[in-house]
Amino acid sequence: MINKLVKSDKKAVSDIFDGATISIGGFGEAGSPLELIHRLIDLGSKNLTVVSNNTGSGNVGIAALIENRQVKKMICSYPRSTNSVVFPELYRNGEIELELVPQGTLAERIRAGGAGIPAFYTPSSVNTPLAEGKETREFKGQQYVMEYGIHADFSLVKCQLADRYGNLTYNKTARNFSPIMCTAATTTIVQAKQIVEPGDIDPEAVVTPGIFVNRIVEISDPAHESILVAKNHRYLK
Amino acid sequence: MNDFTRKGWSRTEMAQKVAQDLPDGSYVNLGIGIPELVADHVPKGIEIIYHTENGLLGMGAIPEKGQEDIELINAGKKYVTAIPGACYFHHADSFTMIRGGHLDISVLGALQVSDSGDLANWSTGKPGAIPAVGGAMDLVAGVKNVWVITEHVTKKDQFKLVNNCAFPLTGKAVVDRIYTNLAIINVTEKGFQVREIAPGITFEYLQTKTEPIIIQ
Repeated sequence: MINKLVKSDKKAVSDIFDGATISIGGFGEAGSPLELIHRLIDLGSKNLTVVSNNTGSGNVGIAALIENRQVKKMICSYPRSTNSVVFPELYRNGEIELELVPQGTLAERIRAGGAGIPAFYTPSSVNTPLAEGKETREFKGQQYVMEYGIHADFSLVKCQLADRYGNLTYNKTARNFSPIMCTAATTTIVQAKQIVEPGDIDPEAVVTPGIFVNRIVEISDPAHESILVAKNHRYLK
Repeated sequence: MNDFTRKGWSRTEMAQKVAQDLPDGSYVNLGIGIPELVADHVPKGIEIIYHTENGLLGMGAIPEKGQEDIELINAGKKYVTAIPGACYFHHADSFTMIRGGHLDISVLGALQVSDSGDLANWSTGKPGAIPAVGGAMDLVAGVKNVWVITEHVTKKDQFKLVNNCAFPLTGKAVVDRIYTNLAIINVTEKGFQVREIAPGITFEYLQTKTEPIIIQ
């Protein structure tokens, strides 16, 4: 019998090792798997490379993971936003590495990583500092830059509905990077708002097919980053 | 603003000018900042579908107070609504729309634009600044028409329409049209060409506020 449900969020992330590359879903707080990130802080794995569009806000979620000095390197498109305080300070002090990637290139690198494509050419960033040192090639008279696929050791994502096979649906713009991140990791760990029976999700409406998912934990009442930030909540180990 | 007094169109009027030029049925991506104002001024009877790169086609107005949904936001991470007929999708599909040339118009802000259409809008390159690019480089690389909406000069009265961008580029030869408080300017093979000048602004004044020669 296939059953990808796990009992606790603590257990779901328990084998994340030092030095792992972890893709974390979310665009701002929408879709950010806060509980899984906080359990990763409890676990304390270090020297992580984190792939995520942003670097978190306030002192919770990804920002808290960074503040706890567990992240060696961020791969992202937009490492600052309102209430983003932790990353900028560490970055200015040279205490964290940044690989800045155009947002569409980041998405395509993850998609490629999940699809078994090692590298591809894109027109984004040609003739800009972000293409410096990268291989370029001309196709039909236009320049393109080569970018590598990203395949993570672990993906942490948040979804709306999940069944024990790992079929997932999402909620509105909380979907963002999560479906492609599910495809591009050795182990994909999902926090679902609700677990349903197989067949309850219309097969026509499944967004992430279960084959891309390894573990699911139900978090029925997830915390909201903006609410925690407004309360000046600081997540500490 | 030092000794410099802002002249010409207001920001709202600039947004109105952009809105009036959007063809009926266009798929449009509006950048963060002044471009966001454009949606408020689309003439009645014109249907525009707004794309926001975080995964929504058919973005609607700002929600009423108390109706905000934490999981329904735009690229600027502000609360939005979805129109009837909207759809959600993941980031790779969203940038397939952008990079694959499926969107008609991208409206962006700018730090500098050159008369060959180079755009700098993501970094001042200052030491200590946190570089952040978002989707700008993909938008200018892939969207059919790239329109810039910006103040004509900086708050310190420095050129923003320049011979060569000093700031790091977002894209080379990508801008098609510029909407400023002083004028609407097309970027042509011969350089900047005036499309419309704001009321009360002379061509000579426009030229003094623009580094490259403008074609009348």
